[in-house]
Amino acid sequence: MLRLLPEPAGKIIGGEIILDGRNLLELSKKEMRNVRGRLISMILQDPMMSLNPVYTVGDQIAEPIYQHQGLRGERVWEEVISALRLLNIPDPDKRLRDYPFQLSGGMRQRVVGAIAMSCHPRLLIADEPTTALDATIQAQYIDLFKDVQRKTNVSILFITHDFGVVSQMCHRVAVMYAGKIVETAPTEVIFKNPSHPYTSALINSVPRLDRKVERLYSIEGQPPSLMNLPPGCRFAPRCPQAAGICHEKEPGKKTIDDNHTVSCWGVE
Amino acid sequence: MADIILEARKLVKHYPVRHGIMQSFQGLVRAVDDVSFTIERGKALSLVGESGAGKSTTAKLILLLEQLTSGEIIFQGQDICKLSQAELKTSYRPNVSAVMQNPWSSMNPRMRVRDIVAEPLVVNTRLSKNEIKSRVGELLEQVGLIPDWADRYPHEFSGGQRQRIAVARALALNPSLIILDEPVSALDVSIRAQIMNLLRELQEEFNISYLIIAHDLATVRFMSHSVAIMYLGQIVEYAEAEELFENPLHPYTRALISASAMSAAERERERIILRGEMPSPINPPAGCRFHTRCRLATDICSNEAPEAKWFGSHFVACHRAEKEETIN
Ligand SMILES: Nc1ncnc2c1ncn2[C@@H]1O[C@H](COP(=O)(O)OP(=O)(O)O)[C@@H](O)[C@H]1O
Ligand SMILES: [Mg+2]
Repeated sequence: MLRLLPEPAGKIIGGEIILDGRNLLELSKKEMRNVRGRLISMILQDPMMSLNPVYTVGDQIAEPIYQHQGLRGERVWEEVISALRLLNIPDPDKRLRDYPFQLSGGMRQRVVGAIAMSCHPRLLIADEPTTALDATIQAQYIDLFKDVQRKTNVSILFITHDFGVVSQMCHRVAVMYAGKIVETAPTEVIFKNPSHPYTSALINSVPRLDRKVERLYSIEGQPPSLMNLPPGCRFAPRCPQAAGICHEKEPGKKTIDDNHTVSCWGVE
Repeated sequence: MADIILEARKLVKHYPVRHGIMQSFQGLVRAVDDVSFTIERGKALSLVGESGAGKSTTAKLILLLEQLTSGEIIFQGQDICKLSQAELKTSYRPNVSAVMQNPWSSMNPRMRVRDIVAEPLVVNTRLSKNEIKSRVGELLEQVGLIPDWADRYPHEFSGGQRQRIAVARALALNPSLIILDEPVSALDVSIRAQIMNLLRELQEEFNISYLIIAHDLATVRFMSHSVAIMYLGQIVEYAEAEELFENPLHPYTRALISASAMSAAERERERIILRGEMPSPINPPAGCRFHTRCRLATDICSNEAPEAKWFGSHFVACHRAEKEETIN
């Protein structure tokens, strides 16, 4: 979506990416650079890795503001401070002079968030930002994201394999299997009424915190290699409900209701 | 009487911190600081806590990969610190094996699966080549792999299969205790359930004890009979799994459970967000080590270390913990 795939190895061969009504695939490289820094920003799997140890926190937040908002002088620093405030970083005028190593892990995460939010993006893409974190720190981080969302109305695309994070953070869920979205629905619906056999298998394969189960539902086999996809539905080889057609033809997208779609031959 | 396979008594491991070319002494990392627990035969005990709590160090002490600063490890009634190297080699080491977190780094990529699984047999037994070969086939079958795969190399297997190979190797000498350090956290979500089911089946079949190190509480509830919650080198709460999850008493345990809940229904109580991060084990906070992050802390918590409280077999170290009266 950020059009950051290295060409020619990775190329978008079809589809459209519409942000606020504009197809991003029709933009020039230069226009895209502006979209990437300004309208869409990203937080990577290991947030700590995205900080540069030799620049101060202030300089690192100032850079995108300077680049993409075209601000200069005092105005840049006002924006830096407001980004630090947005992420609830105490004493922002002192913190901006710090180097990353002078901050605790939690503060560094907030700084990464401040950089991502510095140009008031419309969309924030967060790729497994909590996976490496301990549970209590993860809970703090999720609360921070929710608070930022409340204050700025930014949309967040949260990439995760953790249903706990999904339930605490997300309004809607798109379940992916082997490169395709197999089901989308509001979070409560995904948990209560999953329609795709893969979605329900995943939910049932996770142990529960509120009661002891004797045996976990287990999905047999392995996810397919993306270079060697099975014909038909990609989940069919592992699907307990697969019928003949599932192995022959890919299922199309079916609408269950306004908010709920699923790609499965077994769904009426 | 419960059949106790291993008892850890007041385990302590301090690492000296040195700095500069003179290697001058700067202080102590109190990685494990007075940790006691028991593991029953055929049962699983989980050590739970955030990174840096001292879980892996505890496991290394039990595996004799690190030397105790003080404390005792009693295995089947014997203090193993009093055993000679020769006695350890015959009566302790073969009885305690381990499966580590990462199925990629814990295996020599140039060894065939056959040799990886056979290694403990070659080192510790006098079995003939043929006997070893048939034992390896049997072990692979027990973990759900095809014996014909023994001549393949680790890279030919998926993460879940490699973890099965690691389990086969850990089973080779019929140990009475297996240490599982985060056995599923590096695996794809859809594979975790297979490995967790397998570990539980093997436990029942061979009556093995597990010491599990894990940070995911739902995994812990599925896998364990009892649970010890660790914070900064110490156990803050310790109980049977059902009791701990139904009736958590320590504010830290409650925060962990709240943070791990998958749905509002699982959460029951209000969402608890702890402030701050775990302090350094070099200068742990005075009084209760958790008081800097605890929302219930009062003066006594920053001044005095809490004494152990026992509610039946439920242990908690907290000034504020009280067992709620059961209202009927
Ligand atoms: N060899 C060592 N030298 C110095 N400090 C160590 C050593 N091994 C572990 N530690 C420290 O001891 C503490 C506990 O570590 P560890 O047992 O690995 O925790 P956990 O497994 O719970 O994450 C940490 O603060 C860690 O940095
Ligand atoms: Mg560890």
